[in-house]
Amino acid sequence: MEEMRSYLYFPGCSLRTVAKDFDTSAKASARALDLELREMQGWLCCGAVFTNLTENLITQAGPSRILGRAQAEGNTLVTLCAGCYNVLRRSSQRAELNRINQDQINAFNEERYYGGVTVLHLLEILRDKIGFEEIAKAVKAPLQGLPVGAYYGCLLLRPFREMRLDDPHRPSIIEKLLMSLGATAIDYPSRTECCGSYLGVGSSEIAKPLSSGIVQSARSCGAKLLAVSCPLCKYNLEVCQNLSTSADTDFVPVVYFTQLLGLALGLQPEQLELNSQQLHAIRSCARTALGKVSQ
Amino acid sequence: MKRVGVFVCHCGLNIAGTVDIKQVVEQASKHPDVAYAVDHRYLCSEPGQTLIKDAIRQHNLHAVVVAACSPAMHEVTFRNLIQTAGLNRHQCEIANIREQCSWVHDDNTTATSKAHIAVHQSVEKVKLDEPLDPITVPVTRRVLVIGGGIAGIRAALDVANSGYQVYLVEKTGSIGGRMAQLSETFPTLDCSICILGPLMAEVYRNPNIKLLRLSHVEEVNGYVGNFKVRVRQEPQYVDVTKCNSCGECTKVCPAEVPNEFDSGLTWRKAIYIPFAQAVPPAYVLDAKSCLGLLPRACGECEKACNKLGMSCINLDAAPEAHELEVGAIISATGYELYDAARLSEYGFGIYPNVMTSLEFERMLSASGPTSGLIRRPSDGHVPREVVFIQCAGQREPETALPYCSKICCMYTARHAMMFHHKVPDGQAYVFYMDIRAGGKGYEEFVKRCQEEKGLLYLRGRVAKIYEEGDKLVVKGVDTLSGKILEIRADLVVLALGMVPSQGSRQLASILKTSLDANGFFAEAHPKLRPLESPTSGIFLAGAGQAPKDIPETVAQASGAASKALNLVSHTTLEREPTVAKVTDQFCSGCGICIPSCPYEALSLNNSTKTIEVTEAVCEGCGTCVASCPSGALSLRNMTDSQLVSMITAAVSPK
Repeated sequence: MEEMRSYLYFPGCSLRTVAKDFDTSAKASARALDLELREMQGWLCCGAVFTNLTENLITQAGPSRILGRAQAEGNTLVTLCAGCYNVLRRSSQRAELNRINQDQINAFNEERYYGGVTVLHLLEILRDKIGFEEIAKAVKAPLQGLPVGAYYGCLLLRPFREMRLDDPHRPSIIEKLLMSLGATAIDYPSRTECCGSYLGVGSSEIAKPLSSGIVQSARSCGAKLLAVSCPLCKYNLEVCQNLSTSADTDFVPVVYFTQLLGLALGLQPEQLELNSQQLHAIRSCARTALGKVSQ
Repeated sequence: MKRVGVFVCHCGLNIAGTVDIKQVVEQASKHPDVAYAVDHRYLCSEPGQTLIKDAIRQHNLHAVVVAACSPAMHEVTFRNLIQTAGLNRHQCEIANIREQCSWVHDDNTTATSKAHIAVHQSVEKVKLDEPLDPITVPVTRRVLVIGGGIAGIRAALDVANSGYQVYLVEKTGSIGGRMAQLSETFPTLDCSICILGPLMAEVYRNPNIKLLRLSHVEEVNGYVGNFKVRVRQEPQYVDVTKCNSCGECTKVCPAEVPNEFDSGLTWRKAIYIPFAQAVPPAYVLDAKSCLGLLPRACGECEKACNKLGMSCINLDAAPEAHELEVGAIISATGYELYDAARLSEYGFGIYPNVMTSLEFERMLSASGPTSGLIRRPSDGHVPREVVFIQCAGQREPETALPYCSKICCMYTARHAMMFHHKVPDGQAYVFYMDIRAGGKGYEEFVKRCQEEKGLLYLRGRVAKIYEEGDKLVVKGVDTLSGKILEIRADLVVLALGMVPSQGSRQLASILKTSLDANGFFAEAHPKLRPLESPTSGIFLAGAGQAPKDIPETVAQASGAASKALNLVSHTTLEREPTVAKVTDQFCSGCGICIPSCPYEALSLNNSTKTIEVTEAVCEGCGTCVASCPSGALSLRNMTDSQLVSMITAAVSPK
C-alpha cells in the first residue's frame, strides 16, 4: 500500500456514546490499512430520522451546517453510522439540486452550503479506494469458517436513487468485504428488511416482530454472527433476542463490520472493544484463525 | 394588390362558443387588402367549401385565409379546394383559432382579440406568398421491409400481392419473429404457429418477395421514392436452394449452445434449423458458436453433407452486400423482453424457478422443451402453486420502464388459464396493478379466467422473492384486503415489459428517423399519422413503434403497406415546394449550413462555389436558414419579410 491516505470523518452522536466500539474499531482498522480518519471540526447531530421525515426545511439546517463546516476542510466526508450516512448524503445532494430551498436553509446558518461535499460510507472507501483484493492481501488472521450474516437494513441502501451504494434488493458490498476477510458470508432473505428503527425504543411491540424475524431468518440460514453498520439496528437486533426466551446457545451476537475487519487485520480484541459474548461466538467457529490473534 | 378573402369558421361551438365570430369578420373586413370576409358554421363541410369556391369567383379573390382549426387538420382540404377554383394552392393560409385560441381560453374578449390578430397575421403572410408548383420526383416502385416478424410478413405480403416487388430483410435465420415462439394467442386460444406458418410459407412462395435472411440494413441514402439501401448478408454457409433439411449436419456437430428460440431452455448445435417451420426451410450455421471456421477446427458438417452427395454446405462462404433501390421502407423491427436480471427483488437468474413469460410460453408450446407439459426447471416436478407477476419492470419510472406494455394482462390470463387446464389441481395466483383488457373479447376472457377457472387475482405488487427449501417465498401485498401476503410457490412467472429490439437505435440513425423517449420508433403524428415516421417514405409497423398485440400489429402492418403502396403506385411523386432556396448572389459558399441540415439536402457546388438545395430531400424545416450568416438561404413562403410583417401584425393589429 502507498502512503497514508487521510479522510475527513464525521462520527455522529451514537459513536461517542452507545457505539464507541464502532468508532474505536473503525479508526483502529483504518490505521491498519494506512488510512487516517480525521475528525472534522465542530460537528453536531445530523438530526437522525427526523431530518428526512418531513418536508419541513428547518430539519435540513443541521445537516447543512455540518456539510458547510466540512467543506472548509475538504470535499469528501466519511461516515460510519448508516443513519448519519443516509441523512448527510441526501442532504448534500438536495442542497446541490435545489438552490432556492438552500437559500432559505442557509439563512439560519453561518455556513453557506450549496452542495459540493461528497458523503461516503467507509464501506465505499474500502471497496472503491482500497479495493477488496488489497484488503484480502492485508489480512493477517483470516476469519476462516466464520459464518456471518451481513445486515443492511434500510438506510444504507434506500432510497436507491439518492443512495446508490449497492443494489437495493440484493446488495453484496458487506458480503464481499467479509469474504475478503476469509469469513463465510451467509445469504439470508431478511438482510434488507427494516429492523423497526426508533419504534424499538417506544413501541417495541411493533419493532420486536420485525427484528426477531430478521435474527431468526439469519440463524436458520446458518449465521452465527450478524455484521451491521448502524448502532440502532444493532440495538434492535440484540434487544429482541434478550427479550426472547430462547436458549442462550441460539443467541446471535451482533458486531460492527469494522470489528471483524480489525480482527482479520491482526488487531487484538480489546483494541476493537469486542465483548466476551461476541468473542465466544467468533472463537467457537473460527478457532484456528483466532488462535493466532489471541495468543 | 392581392384581393384576399377571409373565411371564419364557427366549428359548431368549438370556436363560436368562445370567440365572437361576428366581430372577427367585421374587423377582418376593415383590413385594406381584404376584399371579402364571411363566416360559416362548418367551413370544411360541403356547403362551407362551396361558399369559399363561389366567393373566389364572385369577388375575384386572389388569395384566401381560412380561420379555423389547426393546419394539420384541414390545410390540405382548403388548398385542394382553391385549386379547383383556379387559384394556386399556395395562395391559402390557415389561421388556427381553435387549438391555439378558443380551446385554450375561457375569456371571450381575450379570445376574440387573439383570433383577430391570428387572422390579421395570416392576411399579411398570404399577401407575400408566391404561387408555387409541387416538386416532382420519380419513384422507384419497390418496397423494403425490415424485420420478418408478423408485422413484416403481413406488410410484405400486402405489398407483394398488389403486384409490387418487396425485399424482406430478416436478421435471424428464419422469419416468424416472436409470434413463432408463442404457444397460443389470446383471447381465442388459436395455436400461434398454426396461423402464422401458412403466412410464412406464402412469403417463401411469393415471386414478388425476395427474402434475405441473416441480413441487416447497413446504409440508406437517397430520399422518399428513391432510397438506395445497402444490406449486408452474413455468410450463407448453408445453400438455401439446395438444403433439404435432412439434418445430417446437426447430428455430427460437436458444438452446443443455448437455443434462443426456446428462450435458452434447450440446447442447439452450431449448425441447426431455427425451428421446425422455419422459412426459408434450411439449416443455419452460427459462426459464433462453431468451433472454428478460420482456421477450420472441425468441418464435420460439411463432410456429412458431402457424403450424402448434397454439398449444400460451403464453409468458405463470404458475406454478401446487396445494393437495393426502393421507393418506400417499412420498419417492422419488433421487440424484446426487459432484462429480468435487472429486477433483483425477484431473483431471476439466481433462483431457477423464477422464469420469464417467454420461457413459460415455450414450456406451454407443444413443440417446446417439455412438449407442452409444465415442469419446474429446478427438478422437473409439476408445479402446484404458480405465481404470475404482472407489470414486472413496468410502470416503474424510477427504476425500470415507465410505460405499460399493453399485452401482459392478456397473456398472463392466458398463461394462468393454460396452467389450470394442464394442472387442474394446481393454484395460480396473479399479482396485478390494474387489469387492462381493452380489446374485442378481452375483458370477457379475463373475467372467464377469474370466475370459471378459479385463478386468484391479487391486486398489489410483489416486494421480494426468496428460496426456502424447494419453495419460493413470494412476499407481496393485497391492497384490496390490506394484507401482506406470503405465498409459498413452486414457480414464479414474470410478465416482463416489452422493449424495442436491439439495434433499433442504430437502425433509426441509418434511416435518419427518430426514436421516442423509450427507444421506440417515433411516428409523424401520434393520432393522425401513426403509420409514418417523421421521415418521408419510411413507414412503421408492429411493436418496434410501441407495444402492441397481434391484431393491432397486423392492422398497422396492412396500413403501413397501403401507405407504401400509395407511394410506389405512382411513377412520379409530388412534394411540398415550401423548401429552402439559395440566393446565389448572397451565398459565399462558406458551408456552415451543410452540417445543420438533418436531411443532408445541402451541398456545395464546386464550380459556382455556392450552396445547392436538393429540393426532393429538403423537408422545409428552416434550420439552414437560421444558420446562414449572410441571409442567402430562405424558406419559400416563410421568408424573413413574411415573418416580420406577421410579427408587426401581432404587435400592432390594424
